[in-house]
Amino acid sequence: MNGSNEMTLSFSARSENEAFARIAVAAFVSQLDPTLEELNDLKTAVSEAVTNAIIHGYESDSSCKVTIEARIEGDSVSITVSDNGRGIEDLDLARQPLYTSKPELERSGMGFTIMENFMDRFEVSSTIDGGTRVAMLKRIESKKALYN
Amino acid sequence: MSLQAELEQYRNVLIVRLRGELDHHTADVVRYKMEEALLRGSSEHVILSLKELQFMDSSGLGVILGRYKQVKSKGGKMVVCDVNPNVYRLFEMSGLFKILTIHENERTAISSLEVVS
Repeated sequence: MNGSNEMTLSFSARSENEAFARIAVAAFVSQLDPTLEELNDLKTAVSEAVTNAIIHGYESDSSCKVTIEARIEGDSVSITVSDNGRGIEDLDLARQPLYTSKPELERSGMGFTIMENFMDRFEVSSTIDGGTRVAMLKRIESKKALYN
Repeated sequence: MSLQAELEQYRNVLIVRLRGELDHHTADVVRYKMEEALLRGSSEHVILSLKELQFMDSSGLGVILGRYKQVKSKGGKMVVCDVNPNVYRLFEMSGLFKILTIHENERTAISSLEVVS
């Protein structure tokens, strides 16, 4: 594939859009011919980032918007999930496995750990009252590589 | 996107079969249905039967952990069976296998609980 291929998606911060978001990204990435496991990793990471934006960024205010940008370049896909919500006060703490700021909502505190484990690159930046941006990258071990 | 939760009472065991996608949006249904069945019924133990669970993320872990606490506080056990590789990885990563035992299918899960009770 020559050059890059991009898409942008913006949608209301409603929980029913979590499935839409991960399926849309999976459909976009399917042109790289990923394995089922790679596809599942991507879907899970997107689901985690979007859920965080809705629950923590916007505290379930559905008038707000979550944005996903995805770009395919060579055999890799970069995905950013961003919100303009309240931001994360202590990023190091938020990234600790099992830490959650909302235990009353039965959150497992595993979101960031899963994103880090399922993707090849993972970065999160956040500004208080400015929003949070999660940037991730995954290399797809395309089946085409077998023939090259 | 949908999730179906089918609940069946078998002696003192509540069998919960999840079908579809378990995420933040669908976790509430699972929470309410299981909470109600555990409060109302006479179930002591829970089997989570996950053969047809196609997708799960950390919201699913949260709701499972919540029900585990509920079951454990009354002295019961929670076990899982028919776990697909994707869900298995999540359980493993979050350390859930330290508290939940895993079985191949519902039959072996039931017999493990019959030994317990």
